[in-house]
Amino acid sequence: MTKNLGWKLIAIIGTLLVFLFGIFGAPNNWSRGALAAMTNRIHLGLDLKGGTHLILQVQVNDAVRADAERAIERLKEDLRNRKINYAEISQPDAVNAPDKIVVMGVPPESSSDFKSIVSDRLPEYEPVSGAQNAWTLNMRPDVLTDLKNRAVAQSIETIRNRVDKLGVSEPVIQEHGLGQYQILVQLPGVDDPARVKEIMQSTAMLEIRQAMNGGQPYPDEQAALAASNGLLPDGTVLLPGKSIGGTDEGSRNVYWLVSRATAVAGRDLREARVNRSADTNRMEVDFTLTGDGGQRFSTFTRNHVNDYLAVVLDNKVMEVARIESEIGDQGRITGNFTEQAAKDLALVLNSGALPAGIKYLEERTVGPSLGADSIKSGVRAAVVGMMAVLIFMLIYYRGAGINADVALILNLVILLGFLGFSGATLTLPGIAGVILTVGMGVDSNVLIFERIREELRNGKTPPSAVEQGFSHAWITIVDTHVTTIVSAFILFIFGTGPVKGFAVTLTFGLLANLFTAVFVSRVIFDWILSRKQRGEALSI
Amino acid sequence: MEFFQNTNIDFLGKKWYFLAFSLVFSVAGILSMAFWHGIPLGVDFRGGTLVYVKYSHTPDIAAIHAALDRAGLRNARVQAYDVPSNNEVLIALDIQETSETALDKGKTQIIQALGTNAPSGKVDLNNASSSTIKNFLIEKDPLHAGADADAKYSPIAQTIVSFRDKTKSGVLGSVDDLRGAVDPAVVGVLQDGFYVSDYGVRNVEIVGPQVGSQLRKQALLAILYSLLGMLVYLAFRFELIYGIAAVVTVFHDTLITVGAFSLMNKEISLTVLAAILTLVGYSNNDTIVVFDRIRENIKLMRREKLADIVNRSINQTLSRTILTAGLTFLTVLALYVFGGEVLHGFSFALVIGILIGTYSSIAIAAPILVAYQDWRANRGKRPVAMPVDPGKREKVRAKA
Repeated sequence: MTKNLGWKLIAIIGTLLVFLFGIFGAPNNWSRGALAAMTNRIHLGLDLKGGTHLILQVQVNDAVRADAERAIERLKEDLRNRKINYAEISQPDAVNAPDKIVVMGVPPESSSDFKSIVSDRLPEYEPVSGAQNAWTLNMRPDVLTDLKNRAVAQSIETIRNRVDKLGVSEPVIQEHGLGQYQILVQLPGVDDPARVKEIMQSTAMLEIRQAMNGGQPYPDEQAALAASNGLLPDGTVLLPGKSIGGTDEGSRNVYWLVSRATAVAGRDLREARVNRSADTNRMEVDFTLTGDGGQRFSTFTRNHVNDYLAVVLDNKVMEVARIESEIGDQGRITGNFTEQAAKDLALVLNSGALPAGIKYLEERTVGPSLGADSIKSGVRAAVVGMMAVLIFMLIYYRGAGINADVALILNLVILLGFLGFSGATLTLPGIAGVILTVGMGVDSNVLIFERIREELRNGKTPPSAVEQGFSHAWITIVDTHVTTIVSAFILFIFGTGPVKGFAVTLTFGLLANLFTAVFVSRVIFDWILSRKQRGEALSI
Repeated sequence: MEFFQNTNIDFLGKKWYFLAFSLVFSVAGILSMAFWHGIPLGVDFRGGTLVYVKYSHTPDIAAIHAALDRAGLRNARVQAYDVPSNNEVLIALDIQETSETALDKGKTQIIQALGTNAPSGKVDLNNASSSTIKNFLIEKDPLHAGADADAKYSPIAQTIVSFRDKTKSGVLGSVDDLRGAVDPAVVGVLQDGFYVSDYGVRNVEIVGPQVGSQLRKQALLAILYSLLGMLVYLAFRFELIYGIAAVVTVFHDTLITVGAFSLMNKEISLTVLAAILTLVGYSNNDTIVVFDRIRENIKLMRREKLADIVNRSINQTLSRTILTAGLTFLTVLALYVFGGEVLHGFSFALVIGILIGTYSSIAIAAPILVAYQDWRANRGKRPVAMPVDPGKREKVRAKA
C-alpha cells in the first residue's frame, strides 16, 4: 500500500512537471518573466490580442460560368469544323444556372452527329433534346460539385499565398464548414484590415484580348451599340476602362470593344514586377509569361500585326496598344498607380488568380486596446473566483479543504499546460471556461467529501468512509461530466472563434478534473490516512 | 462546518407551489417573447453593423446622433457602452444598412460622419494604421535613414500604434503624447501630416444577412442536439423517464433564462448562446446527483412509496446540491462582477441559469418522476420504471 502510494505520488509530480513545462516552456525562456513565457506558449485568440476575423464566400458560380463559356467556345469550333448548322448557343440563366447551355436550331438530320460531338468533346455535359430542334446541355452533377469544391480549394490556396506575402503572422485560412463555399480568415494583429481585404478580394484575373474598333474606345455603351447597329459583333464583348493616351488620360470612363476569346489568361503568367517608368516616372507592372503562354502570345501577335491588343485585369481594360511586330513573352500594365497600388497589384498577380469572385459575409475587428482590457478583466475575474472557491473549501472542509485546493490548482495547471501543448487558442470566453472549470471542478470534490462525511456519520472508520465515498461519488461524477462535455462538444462543432475556445477549455478542464478530483485527491487521502493511527479522526 | 444536517423537508408536498412559481416565470418570459421585447437577438444572429468608438472625453450622444443624421444614417442606434468613465459608445446599424454587396459600407459611413472637423490635408493619428504612419515617415525621413528607411521606420510605426492602443487605450489626446515613446524628431514630423481626433475605433462587428440566418439556424440545431444528447445519455444510464424528466427540466431552465433576456431586453449574442448550451449540460448535474441517490435508495427501500424515497433522496443530497451549485455560482458571480462588459451577457445567462437549474432539479425533475409513477398506477399498471444499475435491470424487473 505505502509502496504503491509512492509510485502514485511520483506519477502526480511527473504530471505536474510535464504540464508546467506546457505552460512555461523550458527554463531558458524564462528570462523575460513568467507571463511572457506563458503567452509565448499559449496562443491568444483574436479577441484577446486584436485582429480581424472574416468569413467570405466563394462565388462558385463564377467558376462554373467560366467553364461553360470555354465549353461554348469549344463547341462552336467543333460544330464549325464538322459543318453542323446551329442558330444560337447561349446560357439562358448565366447568373443562377451557369451549368446549363442551350443550343438552338440543330437540324434533325445532324442530331446523332451533334450527340457524338458532345459526348466526345464535352464529356462533362449531358445533352437532352428539346422542342424545336433545341438541345439543352446540363453539366453532370458530380462534375459540377467537383468544380465548385475545386474553386473553393483553389481560392484558399490563393488567399493564403497573398496573406503570406503580406507578412501576416499566424493567419488562419480554412474552409468554414458551417456554411456553403465559405472560407474563414483570421488575421491576428493586422491594423489595416481594409487593405488586406482589398488584396484578398482582387480576383487578379489577367487576360490579353484583341481590341476591336481600331483600338479606339466608345464614350458609353449606347454609342458602342449604335456603331454596330444595336447588336455587338459576334465574338466580342464590351468592357469598361479608363481613357488611355491624350491629355485627359485616365480621367474619363470609357468602353472598349474586345474579343470574347482570350489570347493569354492569368494561368499563363509567370511573374510580375513593379517598375518605375523612365519616360513618365509612373509606376507600372511588367509581367513575364510562361513558356506555353509565351508561345501562344507570339502566335497571336504574329497573326495580328497592326491590330490592337488589350490588357484586361478583372474585366477592366488597363492598357490598349498597337501590335507593331511579334512579341515574345513580355507584357506591361500601366495606369495611374501609386507605389503601394503597383506593389499590391504585382503581389496579387504573383500569387495567382482567384478562380471565382469572393464576397465578404462577416467582418469582426478587435482593436488591441480592447483585447488588452479583456485580458485584464478576465484574469481579475479568474483570480477572484478562484480565491473565493479555495478559501471556501478551506473553511468548510478544513483539512480536506487543502486536499481539494491542491487538486484544483493541479487541475488548472493541467488545463493551461494542455493549452500550451496543443496549440489551442485561449479566447476571452475561453478564460471564462477556465473560471467555470474551477467552479464545476470543485463540485467533484464536494460530492466526494459530502459522501465521506455521510459514511462517517453512519459509523464507518475513516479508511472505509474514504473508500466508500470515492466509489459511490465516482459514478455520479462521470455522469455529470459527460452531460456537460456533451454540450461543450456540440458547442465546439457549431461555434467559431471565441466560442470554440470556450468549448475547448471547458472540455479539457473537466477531463483534467476527472484525474485531479478523483485520482489525486484519493492519493492525498491515502497518504494522510497512512500517517494516522488507527481510529484517529479525519479532518473533513 | 456544515450547513445542512439531517434536513427533512417535504419537497414533493410543495410541488403545486413550485409549479406555480415556474409557471409565473415561464409565462412571463413567453409573454415577453411573444408580445413585448421578442427574443432580443444580438448582431450575431440578426445581422447588422456595430462600431465601438472610444472618446478622449465624455461622449456627447446627442451630437453623435446629429452627425450620423447629417450623414444620412437616420436609424443608427447610439448608446453608452461599459462604465461611463470608459468614454465608449456603441453605434449600431440594422441589417437593412448592412448588405453583402458592400459589407463595410455602414462602418465607413459611420467613421466618415464622426470625423467632421478634420484639418484639411491631415490624417487622423487616432485612426491611422501602422502602414500609413510608416509610409509617411519613409517619405519625410526625419531620422535621415536613407536606404534603410523601411527597416528603420517599421518598428517606429509599430511602437506608435502600440503606444496609442495599449498604453493610451486607443485614443491619444494630442500628437505630443508620443513624446517619450518615440524620437522627438519623429513627433515633430508627425505634427505636419497628422492631427488627433477625439475618438478611436476600438472594435467593429459586421454580420451580413446570410451569416445571420445561418447562425440562427445553427443555434437552434445546437440546442436541440444537446437536449437530444442529454435525453439519450440519461435514458441509457437510467431509464427513459429519467431522461425525459431531466430534459423537460433543462428545457424549463433554458426557457426561463431566455425569458429573462427578453424581459430585460438584453441581447442574445453568440457567447450568450454558449452560456445557454453550457447550462443545458450543467443544469443536469444536480438532477443527476438526485437521480443517482434515488436509484440507490430504491434498492435499499423497496417497500416504501416512491414519493417518500424521492423526498428522502432530495434531503440526503440537499447539502451537496446547494454546495456544488453555490460554488459554481460563486465563480460565475466573479465573472459577472469583474469579467468586463464583453462577458456581461455570458455571465448574466450563467447567473440566472445556475439559480434556476438548481431550483428545478429539486422542484421540477423529481416531481415529474413521481407524477409519472402515479399516472401509471392510475392506469392500473405496475409501478415499475425503477432505475437500477443498468446490468441488473432485467432481474429486478422480473421480481417486481
